[in-house]
Amino acid sequence: MSPRIYIPTMLGAPLFQILFFTYLGRYAGSQDDAFFIVGNAIQVAAMSGIYGMTMGIANERQYGTLQPLLATPANRFAIFSGRALPYVANGLAVSAFGFAVSWLLLDFRPAEGSVPALALAVLVTTCSCVSLGMLIGSIGLRARDVFFGANLVYFLMLLVCGVNVASDDLPGWLAAIGSGLPLTHGIEAAREIVSGSALGDVAGLLWTEALIGVLYATAAYVLFRVFESEGRRRASLETY
Amino acid sequence: MTLRLLWMGWLFHLKTLSNSLFFVLVSVLQPVIFASIAFFMVESGSRSGTLLYVALGAGLMGIWSATLFGSGGAIQWQRWQGTLELMVGAPPPFVAVLLPLTVATATIGIYSVVATLVWGRVFFGAPLDFVHPLELAVALPATILSLGMLGLLLASTFVLYRNANAFSNLLEYPVWLATGLLVPLALLPGWVAPIGWVLSPTWGMRAIRESAFGGNPWPEIALCLGLGAVYLGLGALALGNFERLARSRATLSLT
Repeated sequence: MSPRIYIPTMLGAPLFQILFFTYLGRYAGSQDDAFFIVGNAIQVAAMSGIYGMTMGIANERQYGTLQPLLATPANRFAIFSGRALPYVANGLAVSAFGFAVSWLLLDFRPAEGSVPALALAVLVTTCSCVSLGMLIGSIGLRARDVFFGANLVYFLMLLVCGVNVASDDLPGWLAAIGSGLPLTHGIEAAREIVSGSALGDVAGLLWTEALIGVLYATAAYVLFRVFESEGRRRASLETY
Repeated sequence: MTLRLLWMGWLFHLKTLSNSLFFVLVSVLQPVIFASIAFFMVESGSRSGTLLYVALGAGLMGIWSATLFGSGGAIQWQRWQGTLELMVGAPPPFVAVLLPLTVATATIGIYSVVATLVWGRVFFGAPLDFVHPLELAVALPATILSLGMLGLLLASTFVLYRNANAFSNLLEYPVWLATGLLVPLALLPGWVAPIGWVLSPTWGMRAIRESAFGGNPWPEIALCLGLGAVYLGLGALALGNFERLARSRATLSLT
């Protein structure tokens, strides 16, 4: 991605998102700064995971490269996994940038020695967000306007995944939706880590986050294969 | 003739934008989601009696987003659709052809205000008691008009930036902050306020709040419209320059 696109989109927008919600939190008086910084600094990794991965799959159809790709004998799982790696790496970089500017501008100070565990929490959460992006991207092999769905999911995650509103403050049904999505458990784990909990104390949350990611990735792979085989059968791979 | 052009252009673009899923997202769903986040935050926090304040702020956030994404890439979009040359080649001045589009993108934001007010009322019990409804009925269109003119300035300057969409992504949150749509400027560093002074949403928001909660909104309405006139003048100059360069270099349809 060109720096002219990458800097405003992947660094500038996340920076201002963190600032916006932290100041809104100060105004509302609902939580302390660290709550919003951790929530948003991890959520911005979902931008890479969801939008990037959705584009990584769905754009094949839009740019007319889906048929040559599927004509190859390449292992579909390898294609999927290979596509995911840059988005995971980018998500980590964006999240690290978010934490760094929060340290610089908002006096964010995680507990001493918590950075490696925090990095692990961000890595697991980013991977599960990429899995959700894979699922949306797979749906894009059939849907007409998958980016509408990706945008909607991204914004809904701000609401239901405990990014800016604690799950306890949400109505039960919204919190239930959030608990089935990536981010929720990862953010909860990261908040505990920065406040001083050991990695072992949040292992359950991180395993749950990882399991959710695996489930979404599996669903994405199955959908991809179903749409691929149906597209071949009906000769509708690149039709809209 | 010019008035008819502006009216028909505005109506045409308003209908076209209303059919776009992207603008439904930006002008209805996104503001409702942001309003809900803010509602839950103020409910669980120490702020009480701020639900209408939040609903109006989130609605204005939607107007800004619609203007930013709709107007910021307006020229690029026309270029991609192959209609830019027709618009420039039409007998009326290009500014008179483009202005209805940018005002229409801001007008789409009315959906945001209605959506956040109704959402706030139905699901959060936000009171819809406006102290000066007549002034509100003037303040809202004045804000939209000035934002439409700001949109013209965005359209005419963003065209110089090859990746205008990326730039639009960057500007959404900072303007929400600098214009005090949800977060009072008093909470932000002192140097932010002067930035907000030259942005019409600041004065539009103040005019709407003065109308809703009591006060004299007329000075803010006048400032909002005055800034709109400045944007229109600057936008017309920038647009003239763009048209001259594009014609002389034959780059009008090149992306």
